[in-house]
Amino acid sequence: MNKPLSVHYQAEQNPDISIPDPNQDMFSKNTLGFWMYLMTDCLIFASLFISHAVLANESFGGPTSRDLFRLDLTLAETGALLFSSITCGFALLSSLKNRRNAVIGWLIVAFLCGALFVGMELSEFSDFLSQGASWTTSAFLSSFFTLVGTHGLHVSIGLFWMLVIIGQLLFLGITPFVFRRLVIFGMFWHFLDLVWIFIFTFVYLFGVI
Amino acid sequence: MNWTGKLTLDALKHEWTQNIAVVSMALGGVAVVALLFYLKKWKWLWHEWLTTVDPKRIGIMYILTVVLSFCKGFVDALMLRLQQALAVGDAPGFISAEHFQEVFSAHGTSMIFFVGMGTIFGLMNLVVPLQIGARDVAYPFLNAVGFWLFAAGAMLMLISLAYGGFAISGWLAYPPLSGIEYSPGTGTDYWIWTVQIAGVGSTLAGINFLATILKLRCPGMTFMKMPIFIWSVLCSTILIIFAFPILTATLYMLTLDRYLGMHFFTISNGGNFMMYVNLIWAWGHPEVYILMLPAFGVFSEVVATFSEKRIFGYASMVWALICIAFLSFIVWLHHFFTMGASPVVNSFFAVMTMVIAIPTGVKIFNWLFTKFRGRVHLTSPMLWFFAFILNFTVAGMTGVLLSVPPVDYQVHNSLFLIAHFHGMVIGGVLFGFFCAFTYWFPKFTGLNLDEKLNRKAFWCWFLGFLLAFMPLYMLGFMGATRRLDHYDAATGWQPLFILVSIGALIIMCGASIQVYGLYKTLRYWKMHRQFSPDPWNGRTLEWAIPSPPPIYNFAIIPTVAQIDPVWAMKRGEMPKPEEKYEAIVIPHNSGIPFIMGASALVFGFAMTWQVYWLGILSFGTIVVSLITRLSQPDEKEHYTLTASQVEEIEIAAKKGPLYE
Repeated sequence: MNKPLSVHYQAEQNPDISIPDPNQDMFSKNTLGFWMYLMTDCLIFASLFISHAVLANESFGGPTSRDLFRLDLTLAETGALLFSSITCGFALLSSLKNRRNAVIGWLIVAFLCGALFVGMELSEFSDFLSQGASWTTSAFLSSFFTLVGTHGLHVSIGLFWMLVIIGQLLFLGITPFVFRRLVIFGMFWHFLDLVWIFIFTFVYLFGVI
Repeated sequence: MNWTGKLTLDALKHEWTQNIAVVSMALGGVAVVALLFYLKKWKWLWHEWLTTVDPKRIGIMYILTVVLSFCKGFVDALMLRLQQALAVGDAPGFISAEHFQEVFSAHGTSMIFFVGMGTIFGLMNLVVPLQIGARDVAYPFLNAVGFWLFAAGAMLMLISLAYGGFAISGWLAYPPLSGIEYSPGTGTDYWIWTVQIAGVGSTLAGINFLATILKLRCPGMTFMKMPIFIWSVLCSTILIIFAFPILTATLYMLTLDRYLGMHFFTISNGGNFMMYVNLIWAWGHPEVYILMLPAFGVFSEVVATFSEKRIFGYASMVWALICIAFLSFIVWLHHFFTMGASPVVNSFFAVMTMVIAIPTGVKIFNWLFTKFRGRVHLTSPMLWFFAFILNFTVAGMTGVLLSVPPVDYQVHNSLFLIAHFHGMVIGGVLFGFFCAFTYWFPKFTGLNLDEKLNRKAFWCWFLGFLLAFMPLYMLGFMGATRRLDHYDAATGWQPLFILVSIGALIIMCGASIQVYGLYKTLRYWKMHRQFSPDPWNGRTLEWAIPSPPPIYNFAIIPTVAQIDPVWAMKRGEMPKPEEKYEAIVIPHNSGIPFIMGASALVFGFAMTWQVYWLGILSFGTIVVSLITRLSQPDEKEHYTLTASQVEEIEIAAKKGPLYE
């Protein structure tokens, strides 16, 4: 396919947008559905945030957030994740120009940044565990490990997903449906960024005030 | 490495009541398998049903799952009532206290998660595409995945009956009782995975139907021209999308407490078990309306059809639905006023709860006014409607009574509460489903149900319901609490409990008549054929197409200009669509949803018994199935019926229902 992909399929030149279209194209239908899925995921995170808000001070004589958190590491994690997000955006832009190798290149950069993020998070966790701060120690640490760990799990799933998309790009090229899945993956990846910003603010920053 | 987790042979040992259930379940299973071999129907089962992505078939499978779950939940209820009628003073009753706890937990879980949710998803699958003039749902594949996850949850619950035991901590499993310290067995884990798997299925179904309504309505059907049933489903799916993730997260935290020794809801180490109660009701109260709103929608359709009149106050009906959906999120605390929150907090939730009665009252008056000066036909769907109005008003008003904190402190967790919410769930949701079932049955089968049997079943249900639940209000006032397996003779409750058991038996007669009626219709189908696509003189789009509807529903996508398009067409107020056929794209069947559901069942079982290698293997199967599907190009997901094929199907369908 040589010509650039058009995002919105339109059967006729000037469709009447005041009426619902019975022949909705796959693209807008699937992105809408994925938005809804993201909102459900957002509510799962909201529940975990609420629990953390309730339990953040319940350290039960164990280490508190002030004893444990190292903001320099967290800042580096934030940088890695945000950089991963912007390179994912570049991959999407390259796909609009139908440049497959550039897409794969940017996705690999995004993958490496994401993997760096997960690696830093795991090293932070193992550091906590070596200080005797495990999830069984107190309610605070249970909710901390669950909230941050759930986000990390999402990022790991995203990394796996990225590998699948790279495979699809290699074997199938930028077809409309691979493109659609790339767009959907992009939504997921940026959403995880947004959740991380909230974790950075409400878990880490509030935790050391 | 531990290869067998917590699996033991002891888990097969049960009390005699449970053994009877297990044996009859096994015999039933063997009979079904034998019948399939005898009739050589395995291929048919696989190609026509297990792999289908047609919402009409999936809807029917939802309803079959509901019927099975209802049988289980109803036998549970009979056991509870029988025990309460017998176990007075020195008499021990016929089941042990521990088994009694499992039975009431299983009763609530099957009735809410599988009967309640299953009926609304069954109805959504069957009716939504037809009423909005769509050929399919937005995501047919996702819809099938949602169903198979739901079925996997239901199946896992049946397995708990045969292997191991169920939770003892009630249908909502409050910690600390459901925590690892007080429930060390695997019963609570069965509950967690049952609800978690079915809950994920429900979320997927909610996303699918919200997108279907937003994206696939036929030309001209703007929001304020949608049938009320579609509005009710729209509100219900929005509630599903907002509420079910909270359930998923809450169960996730409980799982972490139990499996990894975390302290979200424990008593020690700073955990807070009231947080669980808050979170679970932040899902649980919207859940009540997730079930209730579609029933409201059904009654709105039925009362308009059988009054031959447009629904009274369409706009106020819609706004009432929206208000109820919104308010349902800010009343959760009324389920536990006795938590001891400050008077300000309790007052806020009390007032919000009372406010919900206003939009609900608006709906009741609108239904009654719809009949005013209409031509009312007393068909069996209308009987269910009248019984609903009575039960729902009584149960609604006792609900308002319960919303007053000082009163609630008196009757909290008493049988008064049980009578109230059974009035809502049976009198509202279940009667709504029966109403819908009799109303839409001819549409989806091309057959009529036996009206006489319908009426007999109705009267059994209605009288049985009154007898089984009105005495509970009295018992509640007399101090009887819920979940009692044994009480003192001096309380003087026994006669009322016996009355309640008789009521339950009358309900059983009603349910048996319904099953017999269904059998009779299917067995003697030739006598029950319904040749008209519009037997009730209907108003909405589903009555314009043949019954049973062809796979694509609408050969010609209708264009509507008002809320009762078929009614307008019949009266010549709207032109009939031109009969010009076009090629139609239809999704291929897929075995992947079934494989995913089966893997989810294995996963749930493996996690319950902590056989982790099996858990990883089954989860891996789900992931691989998903990637297989996602690597398939769009072109391979569909096939096309040409215009001439569509014409052939239409001509055949117009002759009436054809069966071999």
